[in-house]
Amino acid sequence: MSWQNWLNFIIDALTFGATFMYGSTGEIITEKSGHLNLGIPGIMCMGGAGGCLMLSLVGGSSLPPFLIVILGILASFLTASLMGAIYCFLTVTLRSNQNVTGLALTTFGVGLMKVIMSNKNIINVKNYLVIPKEYYRWPFSLIQKDLQAADLAAMGGLGIMFFLAVAIAIIASYVLYHTKVGLNLRAIGENAATADAAGINVSRYKYCATIIGSGIAGLGGLYYIIDYMVSQEAYLSLEAFGWLSIALVIFVLWRPHLTIPGSFIFGILFSCSSFIAIIPGITVTMAAKPLLRMLPYVVTVLVLIISSIRNKRENQPPASLGVNYFREER
Amino acid sequence: MQNTKKPFLEMKNITKCFGEVVANHGVNLDVYPGEVLAILGENGCGKTTLMNMLSGIYFPDEGHILVDGKEVVIRDPKDAFDLKIGMIHQHFKLVDIFTAAENIDLGIKGSSLKTVNARVREIADRYGFNIDPEKKVYDMSVSEKQTVEIIKVLYRGADILILDEPTAVLTLQEIRKLFAILRSMVADGKSVIIITHKLNEVLEVSDRVAIMRKGEHIATVNTSEATENMLTEMMVGKKISLNIDRSEPLDPQPRLEITGLEALNPEGIPVLKNVSFTVNGGEILGIAGIAGSGQKELLEAIAGLQPLTSGSIVFHNPKKNKPVTFYHKSFKRVCELAAAGAFHDPSGKPVSFSGLSKAQIMQLVKEGQVLFNEDEAMNLRDKTPLEIRELGVRLSFVPEDRLGMGLVGSMGITDNMMLRSYRKGHSFFVDRKKPQELGKRIIEELEVVTPGVRTPVRRLSGGNVQKVLVGREISSSPKVLMAAYPVRGLDINSSYTIYNLLNKQKQNGAAVVFVGEDLDVLMALCDRIVVMNSGTITGIVDARTVQKEELGALMTKTYPTDTAKEAE
Repeated sequence: MSWQNWLNFIIDALTFGATFMYGSTGEIITEKSGHLNLGIPGIMCMGGAGGCLMLSLVGGSSLPPFLIVILGILASFLTASLMGAIYCFLTVTLRSNQNVTGLALTTFGVGLMKVIMSNKNIINVKNYLVIPKEYYRWPFSLIQKDLQAADLAAMGGLGIMFFLAVAIAIIASYVLYHTKVGLNLRAIGENAATADAAGINVSRYKYCATIIGSGIAGLGGLYYIIDYMVSQEAYLSLEAFGWLSIALVIFVLWRPHLTIPGSFIFGILFSCSSFIAIIPGITVTMAAKPLLRMLPYVVTVLVLIISSIRNKRENQPPASLGVNYFREER
Repeated sequence: MQNTKKPFLEMKNITKCFGEVVANHGVNLDVYPGEVLAILGENGCGKTTLMNMLSGIYFPDEGHILVDGKEVVIRDPKDAFDLKIGMIHQHFKLVDIFTAAENIDLGIKGSSLKTVNARVREIADRYGFNIDPEKKVYDMSVSEKQTVEIIKVLYRGADILILDEPTAVLTLQEIRKLFAILRSMVADGKSVIIITHKLNEVLEVSDRVAIMRKGEHIATVNTSEATENMLTEMMVGKKISLNIDRSEPLDPQPRLEITGLEALNPEGIPVLKNVSFTVNGGEILGIAGIAGSGQKELLEAIAGLQPLTSGSIVFHNPKKNKPVTFYHKSFKRVCELAAAGAFHDPSGKPVSFSGLSKAQIMQLVKEGQVLFNEDEAMNLRDKTPLEIRELGVRLSFVPEDRLGMGLVGSMGITDNMMLRSYRKGHSFFVDRKKPQELGKRIIEELEVVTPGVRTPVRRLSGGNVQKVLVGREISSSPKVLMAAYPVRGLDINSSYTIYNLLNKQKQNGAAVVFVGEDLDVLMALCDRIVVMNSGTITGIVDARTVQKEELGALMTKTYPTDTAKEAE
């Protein structure tokens, strides 16, 4: 066991966790407006598909790498936001049930992504995966001009999108807890009638929070496919990480800045099965692997139990989470 | 004195209807700067509705609102704030996990959270509030929460403050403090409108008082010229005779004995204070009182839904001519009881076993020739509704919230009937046949207008929903029937159907408890009336002889325990 192994493991856990960091930061922003968006797995999938589709179009072109990176991120964000807008229209304007709408959106998003990603006529693997991978490694690709494939793999997803995830989590936390916009948003999630009586435009806030939140979550999908895994089959396991993101929201008690250490812990827990295997003297059987992968969920349950026992009001979910708001129902 | 000034706010000919129900009809009201105007009236007389039209929650169907002589339109709470009108609702609108300052500043554009604390303190100092802007709302007492609400309104620059039942949740000292603050605000030139049904508070704090009754504005008088009697009379109005049949109670025997009930609400405030009375079988006992005086908690306590801190609820179930068995009592005990004269034969003559052999006695008992009268007394306190039912106590409860507690709105009549009977039978599958028959019978006998037994009850009109609920509850021929506001929102015909059903139960020997709000109905339907006021019983009166004013006074006057506290 060399220090190199340890370092690799830590970087791997960190970068792997960035997928959930996107997903749960987005979901926290949405949930703070009182909407439980169970469509996150589908939204992340669509974010990944939208980004890959854009890269497939521009990846092989002569555009500057910087622009290709931005276009990929933008397309991913917009596709996912569109999914969020659908969710919002159904739950805020038409007041349909949030859980049912979210689950339907997940089913839809996962399915549509699989259609897009598996169809060679629609998407060009070389353009979306092979060519742009170096661009996304910025700034590390600058330091090491002659990056080899092996180095890239060892580096995991340590690049621009990883730092973007951290930055978004910090900004989201600052906005939520230190600005009037954040105060208003949290008030809506706690008690929409109060916020309405205070003259806050409840619907507008709900739309903005859900659409922006979904966009952020969608970036997680793009990051996972083209940056962390750099693999054609990566999209197949994306849905599971959507659910893990929702678990992470509970794990970090609805605090966006805590998603940074939280996603690291989830990364360690999720990939520890393969890490333990390389420690000499320990063999992990095939049967034990899926069991070890359950750890993040087990820990989430533990956090829920502990926070319920401590019963601190700040650690509870937004009070009107999952409840649609009608002004007429005073 | 005020009349020389120009009114700050005028409401002219305001009318508001909710469907068929007229909540306000042609109401006129003036508010002058620097006065406390009390709006006095019974529950459901339209006080809160009227004020909600000022605060932008409802929009009047007819009439005009003038502020400073100019006609205005108030469409939402923001419009009201812009006109410097602020309302403190009975149920506070605060975000629990926020601090006082965050709640106060919520939704105001362009202000910075940093300056809020300073401004809140400034307002607090000016009017004598005691507040910590950094305190979280969930850590606050009810009185502190109210303070936050008042400051929230002042912070938005309100000149007219409307307080809806502000003293309902406060202790006596807190009320004193609140009144002092109201006076300091009035001295500052602001106007205060206080909605209340407590006469003593009206006389204590207000400059003028507007009396409302059944949606209409009766009069506005200067408080200095008003007396308690005069206000009560205007509030309850003249007695109206209703044509409800009332039979003399047949053989009233104590059925429910309630002694010393005490209960707390979830906030830890007493809602029932030493409540004791007896309900007899074969009579209708009315419960009168301003809404929220503990009627709901009292009925729920009897039904096994409200935890009690002390007291007892004893159910008497006298059973006549019950055959003696050896199952419960040994042979020796039977002989002892017979010698004491506890048993009688089917013709009613006392039985004595003197001169009979053991075999003869056993034979007599086996043949069911030895009978006794049993008074079974069961304490229902701390029993769940299911346990009460399992004890064989036929207790029926028609709750206030028909579609919440009484029936399941999205289920049909059959399924709602099954809520009472789903435990019957031993089969794995439920028995739908009997509930369906019962449902059909109720539809037929009570003339419920519905497309069928499968139609969700939510789609029926209020009167029909109530018939279904009452029909189900009386189908088990209850020994005790409790009904909370059973005719609320019902038209005249449906109301009379319900009165007749209650009367029939009374004639069948059931003990009927009727919680009502219309004093005329209570006086015409009931045999005795228990009057509740802030969780205590202020009087038990004979419904046949009581005067309406007397009931009104019992419902609103300062009760003895309060004056005792005051003396301390």
